[in-house]
Amino acid sequence: MEKIVDYFSTHTDEYFMLLGQHIGISILTTAIAILIAVPLGVLCSKKAMIQKVFERFFGLLRIVPSLAILMICLPILGTGIKPAVVALVILAVPPILMNTTQAFLHLPAATIEAATAMGMGKARIFFRVKLPLAFPLMYAGIRTAIVEVIASATLASYIGAGGLGNIIFTGLGLMRVDLLYIGGGSVAILSLLTGFVMDRIYQSATKYQRI
Amino acid sequence: MKAVELVHVDQKFPNMSYKALDDVSLKIEQGEFVTILGSSGCGKTTLIKMINRLYQPDKGEIRLFDEEISKKDPVQLRRKIGYVIQQIGLFPHMTVYENIATIPRILKWDKTKIEEKVQEMLHLVGLEPKEYRNRYPAQLSGGQQQRIGLARALICDPDIMLLDEPFGAIDAINREKLQNELKSIHSKSKKTYLFVTHDIREAFKLGTRVIVMNRGKILQYDTPEEIRQNPADGFVSDLIQTMEDAPGTGNEEL
Repeated sequence: MEKIVDYFSTHTDEYFMLLGQHIGISILTTAIAILIAVPLGVLCSKKAMIQKVFERFFGLLRIVPSLAILMICLPILGTGIKPAVVALVILAVPPILMNTTQAFLHLPAATIEAATAMGMGKARIFFRVKLPLAFPLMYAGIRTAIVEVIASATLASYIGAGGLGNIIFTGLGLMRVDLLYIGGGSVAILSLLTGFVMDRIYQSATKYQRI
Repeated sequence: MKAVELVHVDQKFPNMSYKALDDVSLKIEQGEFVTILGSSGCGKTTLIKMINRLYQPDKGEIRLFDEEISKKDPVQLRRKIGYVIQQIGLFPHMTVYENIATIPRILKWDKTKIEEKVQEMLHLVGLEPKEYRNRYPAQLSGGQQQRIGLARALICDPDIMLLDEPFGAIDAINREKLQNELKSIHSKSKKTYLFVTHDIREAFKLGTRVIVMNRGKILQYDTPEEIRQNPADGFVSDLIQTMEDAPGTGNEEL
């Protein structure tokens, strides 16, 4: 315990830098995953064939352990943040993709029909009706993804991308349990906290469902 | 002027053994309230969905006010046609106000004009604006939701109203009220209403003329009195019999 307090007093700057890196990688990864998975999910909801192909493809990729993907990416992308982000994006895409597909497959048909019949154009229906109605399920996918990414971003340190994993790997190397506690604990708290914040946003964004 | 004119319209759906619309021709004068009566699968819904181009006919022509609709932009066309359905289809993520104001906002009406018009619509359908304008659909009963559905369809003062069993899922007491209110809204507006139902009592009560359909064909198209006195065939006279056998419940369904 003393050692943990000691670490925070001597390594404050380093700790916050690593925390910042960790959050940065997580946000970047999730953002890229959303940009890939949301349009793809919309596409998948329109064509059953495309849905099968992409869900299987990402499903398979996801089975491969992140560490293995990191190692596979290493010779192609080198060390640092790039291979880490690729591996984490692969991890983050499937939940967002699947939930987006399901969300767009199960939109209320009568509402879409009413929107069409009152004279809303396709783009308007998409942005003002379909997207907001698909949002709750999509958001649940994003929440799952971001929490997983935060936990897995620990591995990124292994190939020099920084983040809270650095503390854990240092701890492993030096056999220092206090560092393992600090690293592991921080990742866990960050993950829980993010989940909590995401839930609060969800609650306020979908208030209309519960009144 | 003919508000609606169908000329030899045919429609076949792949999974049906008979045509949904089988060489249907009809003319509806402006200001009429035409009810379309028939059992499920008779083509009555198909018929009205042709008019706002939710369906395209395989064959035949549809004209609204002497203009052939297949040449018009469907989005523009639909803004002049009100559409109300049994499932209502309100936007659950928007308030009552936002629901009713959807098309006026797209058309960039002046804000105070939208405000006034929404208030007028809410009064028209019997809901107090102050109390209801900021509610979400989930906070309304089925009957209230359908009142909003009506208000949303009426706000742009459409030339034609299409109503597809709008009161089908509403309890008998509220249905009765809504029928009476719809009738008075129509008689004040001088617009053309097409109202689909499988409830013969509703069809005869509301319609200035009634279309009786079966298996994609129009069996009879006339005033309620004329149909009652001179049914065109056995199907129509059986139908009238069902109404006379069970007087007063107001819930006869085919």
